[in-house]
Amino acid sequence: MTTAIKPAAARAVDVWKVYGHGEAQVIALRGVSVELAQGEFTAIMGPSGSGKSTLMHCLAGLDTVTRGDVYVGSTQVTKLSDSGLTKLRRDKIGFIFQQFNLLPTLTAEENILLPLSIAGRKPDKDWYQTVIKTVGLEERLSHKPTELSGGQQQRVACARSLVSRPDVIFADEPTGNLDSRSGAEVLGFLRNSVREFGQTIVMVTHDPTAASYADRVIFLADGQIVDELLSPTVDQVHDKLKSLDPHAHSGDV
Amino acid sequence: MLKATMKSLLSRKLRLTLSALAVVLGVMFVAGSLVLSSTLNKSLDSLFANIYEATDVQASHKPNLQREDGAPGQADPIQASEVDKVKGLPGVKSATGVVYSDGARLIGKNGKVVPSQARVATNWVGEDEIVKLREGRGPEADDEIAINAALASSSRYKVGDTVGVLTLQTKKEFKIVGIVGYSGNRDSIGGEHTIAFTTPAAQQLLLDKPGFFTWIDVKAADGVSKAKLKADVQAALGDTYVVKTGEELGKDQAKALEPLMNIFRNVFLGFAGVSLFVSIFLIINTFSIIVAQRTRELALMRALGAGGGQVIGSVLLEALVIGLISSVLGLVLGIGVGWLLTKLAGGDLPSAGLVVPPSAIIASFVIGVGITAVAALAPALRASRIPPIAAMRDAANTVKPLTKVTISGLVVTALGVAGLWVALAGDAGDSFWLLLGGGLLLSFIGVALLTPIISKPVVSVLGALFSWSMPGKLGRGNSARNPRRTAITAAALMIGIALVTGVSVIISSFKASISDMYNTGLNAELIIAGEQTGPVPPTFAGSVIDQAKSTPGVSSVSALYFDGAKINGENGFVYAVNDLPATAQMFNLKVSGGSLGQLQAGQLVVDEDTAKDKKLSAGGTVQIQTSRGEPVTYTVAGVFKKSTLLNGFVLPQEATKNFQATNPAIAYIKLASGAKVSEVQASIDKILADSPDVSAADVSSYVEQQTKGLDGLLTMVQILLGLAMIIAVLGVINTLALSMIERTRELGMLRAVGMSRGQMMGMVTVESVVISVFGAILGIAVGIGLGWAVIRALHDIGIKVFALPWGTVIAYLIVAAVVGVIAAFIPAIRAARTDVLRAISYE
Ligand SMILES: Nc1ncnc2c1ncn2[C@@H]1O[C@H](COP(=O)(O)OP(=O)(O)OP(=O)(O)O)[C@@H](O)[C@H]1O
Ligand SMILES: [Mg+2]
Repeated sequence: MTTAIKPAAARAVDVWKVYGHGEAQVIALRGVSVELAQGEFTAIMGPSGSGKSTLMHCLAGLDTVTRGDVYVGSTQVTKLSDSGLTKLRRDKIGFIFQQFNLLPTLTAEENILLPLSIAGRKPDKDWYQTVIKTVGLEERLSHKPTELSGGQQQRVACARSLVSRPDVIFADEPTGNLDSRSGAEVLGFLRNSVREFGQTIVMVTHDPTAASYADRVIFLADGQIVDELLSPTVDQVHDKLKSLDPHAHSGDV
Repeated sequence: MLKATMKSLLSRKLRLTLSALAVVLGVMFVAGSLVLSSTLNKSLDSLFANIYEATDVQASHKPNLQREDGAPGQADPIQASEVDKVKGLPGVKSATGVVYSDGARLIGKNGKVVPSQARVATNWVGEDEIVKLREGRGPEADDEIAINAALASSSRYKVGDTVGVLTLQTKKEFKIVGIVGYSGNRDSIGGEHTIAFTTPAAQQLLLDKPGFFTWIDVKAADGVSKAKLKADVQAALGDTYVVKTGEELGKDQAKALEPLMNIFRNVFLGFAGVSLFVSIFLIINTFSIIVAQRTRELALMRALGAGGGQVIGSVLLEALVIGLISSVLGLVLGIGVGWLLTKLAGGDLPSAGLVVPPSAIIASFVIGVGITAVAALAPALRASRIPPIAAMRDAANTVKPLTKVTISGLVVTALGVAGLWVALAGDAGDSFWLLLGGGLLLSFIGVALLTPIISKPVVSVLGALFSWSMPGKLGRGNSARNPRRTAITAAALMIGIALVTGVSVIISSFKASISDMYNTGLNAELIIAGEQTGPVPPTFAGSVIDQAKSTPGVSSVSALYFDGAKINGENGFVYAVNDLPATAQMFNLKVSGGSLGQLQAGQLVVDEDTAKDKKLSAGGTVQIQTSRGEPVTYTVAGVFKKSTLLNGFVLPQEATKNFQATNPAIAYIKLASGAKVSEVQASIDKILADSPDVSAADVSSYVEQQTKGLDGLLTMVQILLGLAMIIAVLGVINTLALSMIERTRELGMLRAVGMSRGQMMGMVTVESVVISVFGAILGIAVGIGLGWAVIRALHDIGIKVFALPWGTVIAYLIVAAVVGVIAAFIPAIRAARTDVLRAISYE
């Protein structure tokens, strides 16, 4: 299934996820196995309802799996207690959400340092400077989130996820709320952090352009991995999606 | 619209429950107070009807002094020959002379006077329709007594026991020969303790007048109406007598208690009012937060064509439903509480059944629904101004400037303080209570309006205490995040704490002032005084004075007697002393006219101010009617300068034979130089061995004894304000819980970036503690201000020391912090349980 040669930063082994019972039962994931290599930028794509978010939540230990195992590094996520999960999120995982990413009571800088202060750790000064410079937020550090644009807020969120050097960063439609220029900035920044710092990133997206920033795209349909692309281009992604979506010929994805 | 409202109402069970609970508690207090007072009134009515059930007509001398409250004052006793006169009247079946007093105290097994709600001492006149011997027999010899079952059970004495009884004379031994019960197998009629002596013993010991009675009970012969009997007895005895039927007596006495009962009820209603006032804050806050959270929903309704009126209607409807449900619950609980309190407050009063007055029902609904609607009005208006466009915008709370609130806060506070000032300055006259209450209310509202602006610096300083940890820092940030919300929540706490602190300040200042008065105004080392164990303050035998005087180490003894009096026809109060020069020395009395030498019969001294008031000077005359005997004209022998502890008319000891209490109530002892207080105190205690309800105390313990009641008062106030505090704490819980719902996403994000459950709880707890302590600080500040104003106003009556109850203040702060922790509990658990997935999933 996987062609990666680098060791896995996270991996799912025959993961099933079933919501509800009987009539209302929905099978969101049907035996998904996937390895996310270290230092790789992976995009997950697929039609709406195909199980992208569910897969990501399971990989990040935010949701329990019905069957199968999930590992982050060498830690078996599916066995962890709440405090184990908390520690995992603190030390090994970073998140970027589509919206509501920042605490309104804290400044940009405080938001960026939030995971470290929660963990009671001191930031690595050089690394912090590097991150700030890369996201281009030197001027805005003392601003409150309400004083920042959406793109700037999302860059703060990126910086926050990077600053604790997690094993994996999970991003669910990080550019979903941004215009194309701010989106491109954020995506460029994500790709740089993979290229330059060897960060592992998993991103769910609907946007073929966004996916084209990734090293690898995994396609989900109906809870199963149906295809993947390495070093994708926008057009390749577009075509793959069309072929996957039964409604694609009607025009709206 | 109706359906949408109901749905949103049901979907928010927590906020519904909490805001309803506040109203329920307030309504409960009001309904409970009304039920309690009506029930007690009815019990009292039936009690008095009961006491006089066996009385057809009762005759007694007209009292010399009519008491202000309408109760009969002390009347001169009646000669036995008058009883015989009545006996001989046609239409009279029987006429019995009754000796009645409240002055006999039984000494219990522990050597102390048995404490009683009410004491009755009388002569044994045999059984009748009500009085039934339960055991033994009535007293036949002068050293025998019968006691009622209530006294027997609380003293645990039995027939055959020999016991000590204090009367006008010092302790005497009696043998209990009978236990008396009452018809219907009752132990007492209304919780009173009764001792019955033989008639001669009662006359001697209770009236100090052998052959005299207090009143005559008359029974009509068959076929004679009570009205006819009354008229006949009145005609026979003449108009120096009051003759009343049993019903009249019962009604009169119940009526005499009415003002007291009304005060009682009004105090309760006052505290209920405070609780309701606090509830308003809670409801305003709840609805404001709800409206803020429903902004999108309401805007969507507007966008879909709902009018502003419909939006107001939707919010008010929600309030109405909450108000109605709360009223019903509050009324039901109030009836329960009223019943419970009747059991507690009514003691052994005969139960006449629970009375739920219509006023309780009406008040419950008017208040419950009214308060909720009024409190929801402002948020409803705000909701109606939500533009449809808000549906498209992010619902983030825009921070509004506080200028307007602050200015109106300043104005309202100023009005309130002005009202208080006028009320306390004593120029208010009839509108005193209106000005006081209104002033207080406006001050509280004003301060509440100022709270948002005050909250900024105070909360940030308070929060800084917790900023050493990340959760603490976040909690601090959260509490400063919405100043209005924090402010209203804290203001609700402020009210209760301000009132309690105010009362504490007044009480501690009172104590300090009284202590100061005695320290500076009294030149004596020991005080003999009684500990009050019943409605009548104890006195001690006059012989104690002479014995004390001859005790080694004693230099002089000054005994004080008190009585109500008519002075030149006006109601007043007089003292009598045994040794004026000694008294003058002990109280530092300074002559300003005449002399303060030993008083002769028919002479008195008076202070300058009272003299001026009555237009008297040395050599002038004044007519004084005491409780008993004829009015006496006194010559003013001397006038003294206003002193700290003793002012008014001071009569010679000889006048005390016509006082209600012919014995001294208090004596001051000045020691010879070199005598040791503790040694003399020990000798005096020996003299007092037969007077167990009085004791000798040094000045500081005497002051402590005298002010002990104030602590009880403080406890009462604290308990009564407890409910207001509970409501305020509910407010803290409510605000926090609603804020947690509002911040669900944020909480989820925090969990996602690694915040542990413990840290989440810590964060919420810090926010809660900051709000609570802020409320306490505000309350303490306002309370100290109020206390200070009251003490200033009381400066003229001698309360000159302003003392801060530091211990209490610190205790309140600590309690507030603890309350903050407790209030945070449920919201904190909710926050810690935040489901990360739900929080980050998009709408
Ligand atoms: N909490 C839940 N309860 C029941 N069913 C759920 C739940 N969460 C997701 N599902 C179902 O699981 C399936 C996969 O959902 P998921 O959110 O993973 O899709 P997605 O690929 O992220 O879609 P989108 O692109 O619209 O975000 C869907 O059919 C969805 O209805
Ligand atoms: Mg999704």
